[in-house]
Amino acid sequence: MVADLLKLKLLLLRNSFKRSTAQLIGVILGGLYGLGLLSVIVVALVLLGTADVSLIRTILVIGGSAAVLGWIIIPIAATGIDMTLDPARFVTFAIPMRQLLAGLVLGGLLGIPGVVTLIAALAQVATWIRYPAAALTALVCGLVAVLLCVVASRLVTTAVSSMTGSRRFKDVNGIVAFIPLIFLGPIIGGVTAGFQNSPGFAASLADVLAWTPLGVLWAAPADVAAGEPGLAVVRFLIGAATLVLFLVLWSRSLGHALVTPPYNAVTKRAGGNLGWLGRFPSTPAGAIAARALTYWLRDPRYFASLIVIPFIAVLLYFSGGASGGGFAFLGPITAFLLAWSISADISYDNTAFSLHLSTGVSGRDDRLGRAAALLVFALPITLVFTVVPPLITGRAEDLPVLFGLSIGLLLTGTGLASVVSARYTYNVPLPGESAFKTPPGTNFTMFAVQFIGWFVMLLLALPEIILAIVYFVTGDALFGWLTLVIGSVLGVILLVVGIRSGGRWYDRRAPELLLSVSANR
Amino acid sequence: MSSLVPPPSDENNPEAKAGTAALSIRGLAKRFGEKIAVNGVDLEVPPGSFYGLVGPNGAGKTTTLSMATGLLRPDFGQALVHGVDVWAEPLEAKKLMGILPDGVRLFDRLTGEQLVTYAGLLRGMDRETVMERTGDLLRALDLTGDAGTLVVDYSAGMTKKIALASALIHAPKLLVLDEPFESVDPVSAANIRDILAGYVHSGGSVIVSSHVMDLVQRMCDHVAVIAAGTVLAAGTVDEVRGEATLEERFVELVGGRNTSEGLSWLRTS
Repeated sequence: MVADLLKLKLLLLRNSFKRSTAQLIGVILGGLYGLGLLSVIVVALVLLGTADVSLIRTILVIGGSAAVLGWIIIPIAATGIDMTLDPARFVTFAIPMRQLLAGLVLGGLLGIPGVVTLIAALAQVATWIRYPAAALTALVCGLVAVLLCVVASRLVTTAVSSMTGSRRFKDVNGIVAFIPLIFLGPIIGGVTAGFQNSPGFAASLADVLAWTPLGVLWAAPADVAAGEPGLAVVRFLIGAATLVLFLVLWSRSLGHALVTPPYNAVTKRAGGNLGWLGRFPSTPAGAIAARALTYWLRDPRYFASLIVIPFIAVLLYFSGGASGGGFAFLGPITAFLLAWSISADISYDNTAFSLHLSTGVSGRDDRLGRAAALLVFALPITLVFTVVPPLITGRAEDLPVLFGLSIGLLLTGTGLASVVSARYTYNVPLPGESAFKTPPGTNFTMFAVQFIGWFVMLLLALPEIILAIVYFVTGDALFGWLTLVIGSVLGVILLVVGIRSGGRWYDRRAPELLLSVSANR
Repeated sequence: MSSLVPPPSDENNPEAKAGTAALSIRGLAKRFGEKIAVNGVDLEVPPGSFYGLVGPNGAGKTTTLSMATGLLRPDFGQALVHGVDVWAEPLEAKKLMGILPDGVRLFDRLTGEQLVTYAGLLRGMDRETVMERTGDLLRALDLTGDAGTLVVDYSAGMTKKIALASALIHAPKLLVLDEPFESVDPVSAANIRDILAGYVHSGGSVIVSSHVMDLVQRMCDHVAVIAAGTVLAAGTVDEVRGEATLEERFVELVGGRNTSEGLSWLRTS
């Protein structure tokens, strides 16, 4: 039975290669990335063996704890990232619990993260090779730690998946779980600063972690090497006990999940509220704008990119300080990001796009509606974000140049995105999926389109960018005002051109767009 | 109940030419890679007819209907709606058609009421008419109580019904319905049949694809049997079925029945 589950996992993995070449390329790139990471880790671990015991201990404990933490956190942040062996799919089969558990654990190891963690844990043995007893401890503890990683992540997945029956929970969770990820940068920055400021910081962090379930198993070999086998035994017992506890909890919640299929409680609601559809002009373009705006607020995939905006402000403020760096350019940066956000609009619609096609909406109306929905909120946000930083820093004289850049980038970018989304589709999370689930494969096309798109956008906005640079170099107010004029005029022109030519693309290729989005499901 | 649905309007559709077929499919063909999905299909749907399109799974029904409605570009062939070429004048042709595609998503983060309204506004209709007809359609399809629920929370049958309402909102002259009765409960299915019968009676034309022979035999006046991308038989239901039932005739045409004594172990006694 265990072997069958493993075979199933391998078969699923193999079949996923067969679906398309793009997907295969994605898997190969992912594999290469994993392989590169792995060889760096292994070489580092081997070289680390020449350092003294306390340094080895500090690095292994912190690195190992981070790995365990990653296995726990990532499934929460991205529900449904790897549901190939989703317990819910085994509900109808009578598989004995023990075998199901064993199969799922081993299945969890088969995959790029599992293999990388396992080999890295085994490479620890090489680190401790100069202390044979410690090396042996490292082998045992490493294997137990890898099991702990997989079991902990499975426990979390099962616990979360029993809650994800409700759509509302899924929607909210997808976004809330993302917030800590945004602050990952500052957190890492803080920790790095801690390392730099006090040399003892890392060692004391490792000391604390060494007594938590995250770090005990990574600290035990160091105890042996330092001549304190008793301490190592205590730590190992804590680690093993945690593993057993997690296994029991997991088996319970899995048993529960297998007999309680997810149920989506829905309250019936009578109509009478057209929302934005009642407020926008009753034309095709108006209806599309109203629908797109509804989606910005109601679809977690769109809402996620909306909720990021305030955090950008916070991040820029704290990373560069109020006075210098990025914060002064908060407006242009926001404009840049917001404008580009509709470049995958039709990919996000997926096959629901067929309604636009079957009702015979013209390309101009489609492009115009989507651009209008974006500008309705993006324009005020951008303007506020442009005004506030110079006022805080007391550089009100920069306002014209910043306005010029913001408006220029926003309108130019919206025009460009209107063309791009009528021309290219790529794999994005499907409707109803977590905003952060990246479908494997076509990532390459996606990144190519993204990077080239950003480049073209900056190229199109080059006149106002050059004027802005001249302004900041010379300090001559005239160039500030010129940036404002050129940015606004050029922005409007490029927006109109973008909507028109995007509309023409759309009229010519709408059936092909539908065909290409229907491949992603 | 059928009176609630707007009858097909003539004055809005000056492009419609009298006397031509409601839908005329001429030599449509499509291949996906190595597989020929549709291999030269010809169909004539007379105006005012209730036309059934039947065939086994994978016969090319959905592909044919997608090409006939402007959703999928054909490799060869032509589709005319009341004489308007779907691929030469797509916007004019689409005004004449109401389409219920199978296996596509809906804008399901809208409420049912918003989705139908959206479909109407996309057609360029004015808001008052759209709101009035949306109310009528929701009532006729027994969705009034769920009008404000998000479509993503609808059951499969409700989703089908709301998609059907979106296809009816502009009172088309031709309805193209791909599997309209799938997962719809018997009461709603009977209501939908009444609505469609009333629609045909008032001069509209309907083409439906279905697996359910019995339903097609009772409901439709014309039928075409399609398998492996080719039309095997087409005409009035009585012409096609002859003396037999439609189901018997279908099995005879398509083949593939297992008459052996298989699965002997499945017998419990």
